[in-house]
Amino acid sequence: MSFIKTLIQGNEGGLNADGLTPTQKVTLRAVIVGVLYYGLCAIEGMLMRAHAITPLELLEENSHYFSVMTVHPIVGIFGSTYLIVFGAFTFLVPHLMGKPLYSVKLANATWIFIAVGALMSWLGGFIFHYAPLYTLYWPLPVDFKQYDAVGGLVFIVGIAVIMLGTLGFIYNIFATVFYTEEGHEKRAIKPLIISGLGIDGFLNIWYKMTGREPYSKEPAVSLPVVAIFRGTIDTFLDALVILTCGILILIYIVGDMAGMPMDYTAVNALLYKNFFWWGLDLIADGLVLIYVAGTWYLLAMLISGKKLFMQNIARAALLLELVVSWFVWSHHLLGDQGQPNMMKLVSGEMVTAFELVTQGIAVFITLVTLWSARPLKMTMPLKFLLAGILGFMLAVPAGILQADMGLNRVLHNTQWIIGPHVHVAILVGLTMTLYSAMYILWPTLTNDVKLWSNKLANFHFWGQLIGGIGMGAFMGMAGMDGMLRRTLYLNGEYETYMMLAGVCGALLLAAWFAFLFNVVMSIGIQGLIGIFTPSKLKTRDLVPKAQTAE
Amino acid sequence: MADSVDVLGALKLVYTIYTIIAMSLIAWFARGVVAPEGKPSVVKPSTFYGYVGVLVLVGVSIHILTFNKIPWVEIDFKRDSIKADQTFNITVKDHKFTLPEDKLTIQCSNYVMFDVDSKDLTYGFGLFRQNNTLLLQMQVVPASANQIMWQFHKNGTYHIVSTEYSGPHGGSEMTLKNAVEVVGCDVDDKYAMLEAK
Repeated sequence: MSFIKTLIQGNEGGLNADGLTPTQKVTLRAVIVGVLYYGLCAIEGMLMRAHAITPLELLEENSHYFSVMTVHPIVGIFGSTYLIVFGAFTFLVPHLMGKPLYSVKLANATWIFIAVGALMSWLGGFIFHYAPLYTLYWPLPVDFKQYDAVGGLVFIVGIAVIMLGTLGFIYNIFATVFYTEEGHEKRAIKPLIISGLGIDGFLNIWYKMTGREPYSKEPAVSLPVVAIFRGTIDTFLDALVILTCGILILIYIVGDMAGMPMDYTAVNALLYKNFFWWGLDLIADGLVLIYVAGTWYLLAMLISGKKLFMQNIARAALLLELVVSWFVWSHHLLGDQGQPNMMKLVSGEMVTAFELVTQGIAVFITLVTLWSARPLKMTMPLKFLLAGILGFMLAVPAGILQADMGLNRVLHNTQWIIGPHVHVAILVGLTMTLYSAMYILWPTLTNDVKLWSNKLANFHFWGQLIGGIGMGAFMGMAGMDGMLRRTLYLNGEYETYMMLAGVCGALLLAAWFAFLFNVVMSIGIQGLIGIFTPSKLKTRDLVPKAQTAE
Repeated sequence: MADSVDVLGALKLVYTIYTIIAMSLIAWFARGVVAPEGKPSVVKPSTFYGYVGVLVLVGVSIHILTFNKIPWVEIDFKRDSIKADQTFNITVKDHKFTLPEDKLTIQCSNYVMFDVDSKDLTYGFGLFRQNNTLLLQMQVVPASANQIMWQFHKNGTYHIVSTEYSGPHGGSEMTLKNAVEVVGCDVDDKYAMLEAK
């Protein structure tokens, strides 16, 4: 088949979009838009990286550079990760619960809201150069001497729209877990809640210790759903906090636009910072870690075909992780001298250190489950899963080290934080876990479309792994030499590190392009367009009947 | 007495060793899990509990170790009860630091308090050596106490830089070159001497 024909029709006939169910389509839409946003995020990252090596005319104005830095995490976290994760869970939760998704319409609204919201926030930066960074430290987002209030309005409304989409996802997930489908015997809510929260895991351990029969031999909710359920609680709390901060900022913006500027000292900056970080940290130290653990467990079970090692402990650990995630935010305020020392010590250091334990448990259980099924075949999902685990094995200890009152004094706000911790966690740990899930779900979601090139898939793997770890490492070295994370250096101060990080960044960008190209060549442009047209199958089934029968 | 160069040097070594071990472990696992002669094997629960115990021990030990080995942690904890030998009141407004004197001169081993007050935005306050490495920093939050106490044990000249983003013209543009000088020590901070550029 000629190249052009394959590009248009896909590999060996490509994707037959007419054969996709509404649930398959909505999942694919969210994931594809998420992958495109990832590319935008990678391009932004490379622009900033190039500017740090040789100043670019495009980013000559500082306000433009920092507006790119402001929207970069918004596009990456919400536009890309949220969409991919939410898309995958929209399919997985009903799949694992053995019933249809509660509402396909709501799922469609979810991805559209998040995609549009991310675009609005991006435009707030691109057109108006609104640049308070994602941290939004009070009163910077309402400092209208530096920023155009209209830019703030566009940016903040965009974030609010993302959060509304997020609330739609949350409702859909919980509704899918709890509702009783037509023709089915009424499902009792209590066992679902007990199992969803993982309390049955604790009870099983307790019953065993006291010599009794297990509380529940067959839990009402499977382990990966427990993780999604728990993570979604953090997603909800986080959405509430971000919405609240957004409304507060909007009030000031509207006041300024109406010619009635308000006194920003009415809001205590340290209190606001505590509130904001409590909510924002529910992403980084809450839902991400919990969702990732759940995804590892699911992948380990699917790849090995075995039950999870220490299931009850895994269930209980997920609940512990949820509680831990509510009390760790002070590690972001270790450099704030107004923050009480006791909060720094307990929340910032000690509770945070528990993440080493909870994430360590997830690593151990996943690896042991895989080992129990030796010999396995080194498939793409297994390869990416192991890389994802490695990413968190590197990034979590880096985070524990910086969440130390002694080390934080010389690491806070340096490139160490954003390199070995944040970027390695996201690009290697989280993203490679997500790619593993994508590769394993690929046949189910595309009705068995054959991947166009394994060589490209391998290049994608190595490019993402080496690029992600390499970039994080060179950023970390620059950080230890004093390079700050939110400061522009244009006099060649850290040029060598930045050049090496730039090479790794280019590798990441190339890896993303290879993946995207491979996907397009596999499903074809026709199939790609077809994903975004209404489904011709009027069914609530997750996959077409023929596939189920197989 | 250890300073940030020593602490970060140790961190670099420890984290590099850890990184190599973690990567080797995953590489070994990847080879082993697909080895054709590999047989399914089950890990004992006792191994798992032992592993969790090690994680708890490591998590707690890191903080105990740094509390005892990094000199500025104890001073930070006790700064309310230690009498400062020298206090510098600094204000920040409109992206500019205002110092009580053009150059802050510090006597070796004195307990020095930097008391920084922001009149508008959230800033950072950091001291950097001549080679741009970081000596100390704190956040400067408006309407909040921003005091850091420090003891200097080496001679040197340091820049004051805002370590927090406060808008497109904050950051490196908020730098006061050679604003702090430590004198009277037996030892020089070799990266902070003016000729070390």
